[in-house]
Amino acid sequence: MEKQKVDLSLLDGVLTEYASVKGSLITILQHTQDIYGYLPKEAIELISEKTGIATSEIMGVGTFYTQFRFEPVGKYLIMLCQGTACHVNSSELILQTIKDELHIEDGQTTEDGLFSLKCVACLGCCSLSPVMMINDDTYGSLTPDKTKKILKELREAAV
Amino acid sequence: MRIVIGQGSCGIAAGAEKVRKALLNTGIDPALISITGCIGMCYLEPIVDIYDDSDNLTRLVKVSEADAEAIKSYVENGDSAAIEKLIVSDEDSEFLNKQTRIALRNCGIINPEKIEAYIEKGGYTALKSCLTEKTPEDVIEIIKTSGLAGRGGAGFPTWFKWNAARQSAGDDKYLICNADEGDPGAFMDRAVIESDPHNLIEGMLIGAYAIGAKHAVVYVRAEYPLAIKRLTNAIKQAKEQGIIGENIFGTDFSCDFMIKAGAGAFVCGEETALIESLEGHRGMPRLKPPFPAQSGFWRKPSNINNVETFANVAWIVNNGGEAFAAMGTEGSKGTKVFAVTGKVKRSGLVEIPMGKTLRDVIFDIGGGMKTDKPFKAVQMGGPSGGCIPASLIDTVIDYKALGATGAIMGSGGMVVMDESTCMVGMAKFFLDFTAKESCGKCIHCRIGTKRMLEMLDRITKGEGKEGDIELLEELCYSIKDGALCGLGQTAPNPVLTTIKYFRDEYEAHINEKKCPAGECSDLIEYSIDADACRGCTLCARNCPVEAISGSVKQPHVINTDKCIKCGKCYSVCKFGAVKKA
Repeated sequence: MEKQKVDLSLLDGVLTEYASVKGSLITILQHTQDIYGYLPKEAIELISEKTGIATSEIMGVGTFYTQFRFEPVGKYLIMLCQGTACHVNSSELILQTIKDELHIEDGQTTEDGLFSLKCVACLGCCSLSPVMMINDDTYGSLTPDKTKKILKELREAAV
Repeated sequence: MRIVIGQGSCGIAAGAEKVRKALLNTGIDPALISITGCIGMCYLEPIVDIYDDSDNLTRLVKVSEADAEAIKSYVENGDSAAIEKLIVSDEDSEFLNKQTRIALRNCGIINPEKIEAYIEKGGYTALKSCLTEKTPEDVIEIIKTSGLAGRGGAGFPTWFKWNAARQSAGDDKYLICNADEGDPGAFMDRAVIESDPHNLIEGMLIGAYAIGAKHAVVYVRAEYPLAIKRLTNAIKQAKEQGIIGENIFGTDFSCDFMIKAGAGAFVCGEETALIESLEGHRGMPRLKPPFPAQSGFWRKPSNINNVETFANVAWIVNNGGEAFAAMGTEGSKGTKVFAVTGKVKRSGLVEIPMGKTLRDVIFDIGGGMKTDKPFKAVQMGGPSGGCIPASLIDTVIDYKALGATGAIMGSGGMVVMDESTCMVGMAKFFLDFTAKESCGKCIHCRIGTKRMLEMLDRITKGEGKEGDIELLEELCYSIKDGALCGLGQTAPNPVLTTIKYFRDEYEAHINEKKCPAGECSDLIEYSIDADACRGCTLCARNCPVEAISGSVKQPHVINTDKCIKCGKCYSVCKFGAVKKA
């Protein structure tokens, strides 16, 4: 997927509010990811400049936590729950279905930039397991057929 | 008349918001429609509660958008035939009737987005009585009498921690709530925050008063956006009412309140790692001592408790420590909330007094298995806990009794498994989790969990060797000894308990290259029962490698040399003709 040019002025508000507040690095990174969908290299450099925290340390923190991404994601980010209840209720079958349908592995994005797949820790909707979240919507009690249908509908909605 | 829709995360995921919109679209007076948090009967979501003018409840379950007109007809014309099929069964009502709710007392009843709803239920009276009538020492004494222990897993006496933080020198202290509910299979903390955020705030403010803290911080998982939203809203309301801020209730007690969102790291449930993360660093545990009570957040005295612990505090203050201590066993007082999930018929949140048995929760309240296969084990305590086998189903829910099985009380995740779950696979699942989540600080945990995972992976692939079980056990004990924090020290528990209770399953994998549960794909073979096969061709059409052959209306055959054991044929066959062994 083509990376778009990063508009650093979008960070002004966040940096004005948090750059000098100690202990705010994770909060700044979360806001940055909300803005760009990932943590662009240029943004990390600017954060380093404004906070005085070395880029190496920012990368250390960013790579430690699973929430942060360093590549843009697709229009639909599929977060497939890997919790215990989902495991017991065959989330493996759902993972296989998504891989087969989209031809991507965990952590990858489809060539058309539509879907990204990420396996995540428990989403806390265990009673509906197996579960996935796509952007802000949660889909529960998944079966391979239901999963295929959801992906098909999203693909059609995006056209 | 009131129409209340259950809108916790689970309810919304099941379609509660769509139901609400559909109800609004029918033209029912919008003033009648409101929301509540998690009712706890997750398996029946979406749930719509209709209260008549005398507050009698009619509960409708598994409601869909298509039912909106029927509900309107009932609400406006009293047409009860219209909603008859939606009314909760007596059997399902028992799920809630058999519980004793303290931490969850308002969940699924009040509107979590309105402070008035909490105040109407007696909210913030406990805080007021503490600030105006009791000394901090009195409050600690009440908590001591109650016997309340940390509900996050370790079960450490709450009063002891509060007292230690109170005794610590210095005026600048922090009270922290650990809402980084990372155990896969546990969601009670999320439910409390989403459904009754003011109860958490009140418990925390009482704790802050007791230890003498001027700052309260909630560290909550980023995976819980709705919880963050409702808590943010609740804090704003409490500030507007003067319940958070300067001179609360006109006293000289002042406390500010802050939310920090975690960024996804299981180890941050460990209190010193949580503090590192709060300070904006990698969440790597600190060496103890000094304990957080002496040197915690910004090296100031800090006290950390879990959400459910705080959720009990206001009730204890209002009802007295004795009332809480009257419930439970000698060593475990009060109630505990469990998130019951997996292969159980009725999944959801269950709060019961300590001293009940696992059987009470899984069979009496949970309704037993939802499959036709027998109960095999229950996993408690997540990656730090263990699997308790069917033979110990009468184990009493008590910190000590559960600990004696090799599992732990934990934060309250109860994942129920039937005979189709492979216990070696379960151990591998958890090791995969802890190996990924190990922060890397201690070698035993960092490398040890990885080596264990590799061994378990081999065993599930049929490449296990004589002596593997003993080697696994040896590694388990060295990791327990060599790790600094709770994550590493408890990471071997899922392996140790499955070896202890299901050693024969390990041996079957290693010696016979068989998976008795039929779950490890490398150790099973698929075949088609010619008598049961109708020749519908569905399996052949779904096979990704064209390993299935046969003509229409003739029995099909699987070519085992070509078969990649993906299980598609097994899952699509409508006649149960595909067998795995």
